[in-house]
Amino acid sequence: MSIWVDASTRVLVQGITGREGQFHTRQCVAYGTKVVAGVTPGKGGQDVDGIPVFNTVEQAVKETGANCSMIFVPPPFAADAILEAVDAGVALIVAITEGIPVQDMLKVKNYLKGSGSRLIGPNCPGIITPGQCKVGIMPGPIHKPGPVGVVSRSGTLTYEVVHQLTLQGIGQSTCVGIGGDPVNGTNFIDCLKAFQDDPQTQAIVMVGEIGGSAEEEAARFISERVTKPVVGFVAGLTAPPGRRMGHAGAIISGSSGTAQGKIEAMKKAGITVVENLGELGRICKETFGL
Amino acid sequence: MKIHEYQAKELFQKYGVPIPRGKVAFTVEEAEAAAAELGTLPVVIKAQIHAGGRGKGGGVKLARTAQEVASVAGSILGMTLVTHQTGPEGRLVRKVLVEEGLEIEKELYLSLLPDRATATIVLMASEAGGMDIEEVAATTPEKIVKVHVDPLLGLQPFMARKLAYGLHLDADLVKLFIPMVNALYRLCTDYDCSLLEINPLVITKDRRILALDAKVNFDDNALFRHKDILAYRDLDEEDPLEVEASKYNLNYIKMDGNIGNMVNGAGLAMATMDIIKLAGAEPANFLDVGGGASAEMVENGFRIILSDPNVKGVLINIFGGILRCDVLAQGVVEATKKVDVKVPVVIRMEGTNVEQGREILEKSGLNLIVAKDLSDAAEKIAAIAKA
Repeated sequence: MSIWVDASTRVLVQGITGREGQFHTRQCVAYGTKVVAGVTPGKGGQDVDGIPVFNTVEQAVKETGANCSMIFVPPPFAADAILEAVDAGVALIVAITEGIPVQDMLKVKNYLKGSGSRLIGPNCPGIITPGQCKVGIMPGPIHKPGPVGVVSRSGTLTYEVVHQLTLQGIGQSTCVGIGGDPVNGTNFIDCLKAFQDDPQTQAIVMVGEIGGSAEEEAARFISERVTKPVVGFVAGLTAPPGRRMGHAGAIISGSSGTAQGKIEAMKKAGITVVENLGELGRICKETFGL
Repeated sequence: MKIHEYQAKELFQKYGVPIPRGKVAFTVEEAEAAAAELGTLPVVIKAQIHAGGRGKGGGVKLARTAQEVASVAGSILGMTLVTHQTGPEGRLVRKVLVEEGLEIEKELYLSLLPDRATATIVLMASEAGGMDIEEVAATTPEKIVKVHVDPLLGLQPFMARKLAYGLHLDADLVKLFIPMVNALYRLCTDYDCSLLEINPLVITKDRRILALDAKVNFDDNALFRHKDILAYRDLDEEDPLEVEASKYNLNYIKMDGNIGNMVNGAGLAMATMDIIKLAGAEPANFLDVGGGASAEMVENGFRIILSDPNVKGVLINIFGGILRCDVLAQGVVEATKKVDVKVPVVIRMEGTNVEQGREILEKSGLNLIVAKDLSDAAEKIAAIAKA
């Protein structure tokens, strides 16, 4: 078991003919992901390494039975690409694109309500179930199948965390990068709920950062609903207020969104919070007893 | 992106949002001419900088006579204005807004912004105008009235009414307030504003409602479709190193410490700053060279970091995933030679081909100190900071 993606997931890639799209499609295929289709308007009928390219998502789904879309479309057109995937009934949409305007995402988020689609991202590394399916840009070889679910707002910071787990001999059930944007499709709580219900997942690592209140809400959810042990980390203790720290969503506004506040909320919820990132792997090993 | 009050008011005017009559001035002479053109006294002279708290800092003053216009404008222009948002170093005032003085009956608050938690545009109004809204929210939350707008549906008439009646406006003012709220919502969505705040919004003795102040911020990610807003960018208001970094597409934020750092990825970059601090040193910056981190990015990163004279050492922390560590190490070596780095550099690399990468660094003959893991890197760099 795992959450949301596994060996049976059939992936289509929106923006497959672009440089990034093509490169990462190859990486995913090399990892073993079933990439069944690509979509680039105007390039229908072509193929990328034998993967058929379609003009519309609807066509691609109809012809190939794809149930997951990975999006590399540039920011000005990315919201439209997500909406197209929702409209075509794609169950899982993973938007890698960084730099989508916030107000575009507000519309997307509201359009998603009541649809059967789940959006992961945007501005995220994607999702991977080690050994089965990688939908995203994370380096495959640092992962290892196992019992720990990882959820994070970051990219390379997630790789760091996963790498430390793997070095300790701790494998992962599924790793989800929910993205660094202020408005995203899937939040911590969605992932925590899924990990709690997933029999393979025995423990959870949650990686947050400054900005917004998603970590505080997740902490509340954990204290009420999650029985599996959770280790947490929050980046940005030294971040100055009012500045966007790389990620569009990583900003302390006034007194809200500070790392300090998030760490306190997480500790209060019984989460083991790691202060020194270098020790995360070791602390997970001790806490989880794995 | 931030703009000045006078620029925000230009946008207000374009959308039919009432503002006081006024004009921007760069010199005392221009300020005098602006006041003469307004033909009214007193006038208010307001420092134009990208920071709040200007009034408390002495950057907003009343001039009752023509002579006072000259003396007040002269005292504000060229002053270093320190507010709670500028930091202790303050900001040089290069221009002022000269506005007609109004007889104010009541001060209100109004703002619009995208709300990340609810994925709506939230409109907030309060009768406690002129105050810090966070403070109002903390002490007297009942004084704030909010509506959440689904952007697919847009602002509905009942929502604007809810705000108007929530502010306890009289019937004549409700009629002025509602079209104004509609105009502001249009402005907010037309231009991808990340914040649109009027504090205070004033009711005058002659029964008008006007935006006495105007703060408008824009979503950087949406600027590609608002070329006219880009013309409002004021480089004088930004840190010169940050402006330079933005030319190279580097995400750089200057800090007060002496340990420069260069990291791939924003989350890892923040965590690296934190670990520098935990080891007892202070980060000199935030610098995300991007998930990929090419040799060129590293080279530009070095240039930016080393332009800060406080930097005593640099920590490079790269998680090489798809980008291999050997390629990256080669890039670091070349960049170090090219930029002629004179301070010690601690490098922590992890990921694909890390052994070959470390070997390249160690054999380079340069002042490159290879750390075995994150904690080791932090200790090594902290030792340099203390030396």
